[in-house]
Amino acid sequence: MDLPTFLVQCLNAVQYGLLLFLVASGLTLIFGIMGVINLAHGSFYMIGAYMAFVLAPYFGDWFVTRLIVGVLLAALFGFVLEWVFFSFLYQREHLQQVLMTYALILVFEEARSLLVGNDVHGVQPPPWLTGGFQLGELMSYPWYRVFASVACIVVALALYFVVNRTRLGMMIRAGASNRDMARGLGLDIKLLYRVVFAGGVALAALAGMIAAPLSSVYPGMGGSVLIICFVVVVIGGIGSITGALIASLLVGFVDTFGKVFFAEYSGIGVYLLMAIILVWRPEGLMKRAY
Amino acid sequence: MAEPNALLRASGLTRRFGGLTAVNEVSLDLHVGEVHAVIGTNGAGKSTLINMLSGEMPASSGRIELDGHDIGTWSQPKRARAGVGRSYQRTTIFPSFSVLENCRLSAQAALPRAWAVWESAQRCAQSLAFARAALDSAGLTDDAARPAGLLSHGGQRQLEIAMCLALRPRVLLLDEPLAGMGAEETGRMLALLAELKRSHAVLLVEHDMDAVFRIADRITVMVNGTVIASDLPERIRTNHDVQVAYLGEGH
Amino acid sequence: MARTWIVPVVAALVLLMLPLGLSPYLQETVVKIAVYAIFALSLELLVGVTGLVSLGHAAFLGIGAYVTVLASGDAGGPIAKIAPLAVLAAAAYALFVGALSLRTKGVYFIMVTLAFAQMAYFVFHDTRIAGGSDGLFLYAKPTLGALNLDDKQHLYYAVIGTLIATYALLALLMRSRFGHALAGIRVNEQRMRAAGFNTYGYKLAAFVFSGALAGLAGFLLAVKDGAVNPELLSWHESGAVLLMLILGGIGSLRGAVIGAIAFTLLKELFQLESLLGPLASHWQMTLGFTIIAFVALLPKGLIGLRARLAGVKHG
Repeated sequence: MDLPTFLVQCLNAVQYGLLLFLVASGLTLIFGIMGVINLAHGSFYMIGAYMAFVLAPYFGDWFVTRLIVGVLLAALFGFVLEWVFFSFLYQREHLQQVLMTYALILVFEEARSLLVGNDVHGVQPPPWLTGGFQLGELMSYPWYRVFASVACIVVALALYFVVNRTRLGMMIRAGASNRDMARGLGLDIKLLYRVVFAGGVALAALAGMIAAPLSSVYPGMGGSVLIICFVVVVIGGIGSITGALIASLLVGFVDTFGKVFFAEYSGIGVYLLMAIILVWRPEGLMKRAY
Repeated sequence: MAEPNALLRASGLTRRFGGLTAVNEVSLDLHVGEVHAVIGTNGAGKSTLINMLSGEMPASSGRIELDGHDIGTWSQPKRARAGVGRSYQRTTIFPSFSVLENCRLSAQAALPRAWAVWESAQRCAQSLAFARAALDSAGLTDDAARPAGLLSHGGQRQLEIAMCLALRPRVLLLDEPLAGMGAEETGRMLALLAELKRSHAVLLVEHDMDAVFRIADRITVMVNGTVIASDLPERIRTNHDVQVAYLGEGH
Repeated sequence: MARTWIVPVVAALVLLMLPLGLSPYLQETVVKIAVYAIFALSLELLVGVTGLVSLGHAAFLGIGAYVTVLASGDAGGPIAKIAPLAVLAAAAYALFVGALSLRTKGVYFIMVTLAFAQMAYFVFHDTRIAGGSDGLFLYAKPTLGALNLDDKQHLYYAVIGTLIATYALLALLMRSRFGHALAGIRVNEQRMRAAGFNTYGYKLAAFVFSGALAGLAGFLLAVKDGAVNPELLSWHESGAVLLMLILGGIGSLRGAVIGAIAFTLLKELFQLESLLGPLASHWQMTLGFTIIAFVALLPKGLIGLRARLAGVKHG
């Protein structure tokens, strides 16, 4: 493998990992703070991607605006969804949560089928992000992928800032480590949960919107990202955002280079990685950050 | 000191959690015929200590010997089968099973041939025999058929001990068995403990000072993970450090 | 004690005599339900008895099915060779998955079992081992002396017989010391460890046995359909079997069988255009809402409903 190809694959790995991180961080936050296992989290990613497709005609070249509108819509959707559905799941046992959220996936998939159909769609990147820059003689790396990575890094930094440096973040961490005490201190736990959930949904949807031009928009995309996210969370440790970041990047590299070297067996690479972690450190790479 | 050999001996047990030392160089001996009580304020490390002895938590350093054998690396199930029984502060009975089944199940682990699946558990003579013996000792024979969840709180605490006994242990690690009990139930439990100590080595972690002074043959006092005194009850009562720890300076 | 045997024995007798009165189409439906009932029973041991929620059980069904086809090759083969191979293959993967996933608990366990099932899915979907996304055909069904599974009647009796045997075996298991230990682990694993039980070993044994039974169901499924495809290992399939358990009611063997019946019937029902019109093609949505309503209102399943109605009568 020559250097330009190697560089391209590394960049691809990082970009894939960062997108995964966006989805996984939402999942791990929701589980870490509310204790809910949400199988429908992948559906939010799918919803984001389909939103990118649906909103495209209305926003023309205003790409960033489209992203922002999509994120806000997703956050609103998440806020309402927590209110009418998820808030009833917190006290239930895991099996019931699994089944209820599995049922939710079925509902979302069919709703999508009813509203937008089952076709695969492409989404164009905005004109100012088409094309790429040269890497060596034969390779060029698309500007859109650079944008995707940068956008994810910005979001990751913002997430770090919010969780560690703001009052909201403090409330989140307090709510995570000791619910009853936090409630006693006057935190409106219900509202806090709703905000966190909305944030998780928005993160996943944003990832979907960014990913749309890269992976196209197709019915099964929620399911595949969900299971990979589970692998990320298991490797990184539930509730740990740092763990999710490290694990996402690890998965990104294993998957990307797996495809290069092992072709048809690449799909199982990340699961073997998970198996190794389970032998070595079953509780995940990082225990809970809070 | 001409002491008979301890059945369970802990030497220099220490447990660290990151920067916090929960248990610091604690040593104690358990002898058959003796109730050794461990008392201390909240956060003194008593739960951590008992967890290390039972095998639920590994020690950061120190040694644990059962009958002279080093059991520090043994898992909890292994120690239980070797005769280290443990009861819990929060009741860990099986509420939906009958009282008898609770004990029978506890007695089952030590029996061979777990794979003989064609044999009905309810007709397993050996485990039933051990279970009935344990219920007898604990005074629960009349309640054998009742669902355990329907017992009174005191009854459930007695069952907790009975399940411990069904294992036919030699060492009993009892974590606050008197928790939540009224005067009459406490009296009954203390009578049970007095009976049990004749043939077992008993470690008793407790908060109820009156009960401790009534039943203990030896008392170890822990503060912030460290042992500040370990002596006969009368001498603990008058020990200056203990008084300071419990009652504050100026006594 | 004798009363709990009456219903299953009567049901078994009825099933054995059904071919005398039922049309071939209905017989086929019964066979389909019976195979899924075996699958559901295998998961009941894990979820209902031991308390381990696995979201990857379809992997063992699929492996059993695929190995059946692969081992049959072009010429078919003896049941005595192919069925054990299918079961062993499933058990082997269950040993691998169980050994690793049982190092985790709770939510982690659910996620890890799902992930390992997905791994198996990818092996069959992506690689050349087995026909890719199109799946494989079973060209010649296994035989054993006079028993020819290509014959619908023979298949019927073979499947019903296996269902009865599985049910009886699990009932025996549940009343054994091993079964009681599993129940204890479900209620309070900590107490079991304090009583001297090596809980990891017990859980692993349950996991492997469960996987093996699912492999047996997979063998029957491959024989029944004459074909296999990777979707057998998908998480939709794993979700479906969990649904069967909660529909029927977790915690009893009867619940597993009732759940399999209920799920299959509901699926057929929701796809009836005569009943649901345009919604019929979007039957998964109807199913989804039904599940939500079910879990919210009837967490103890259909068996729980019967108990509640009985309570209402007396109360």
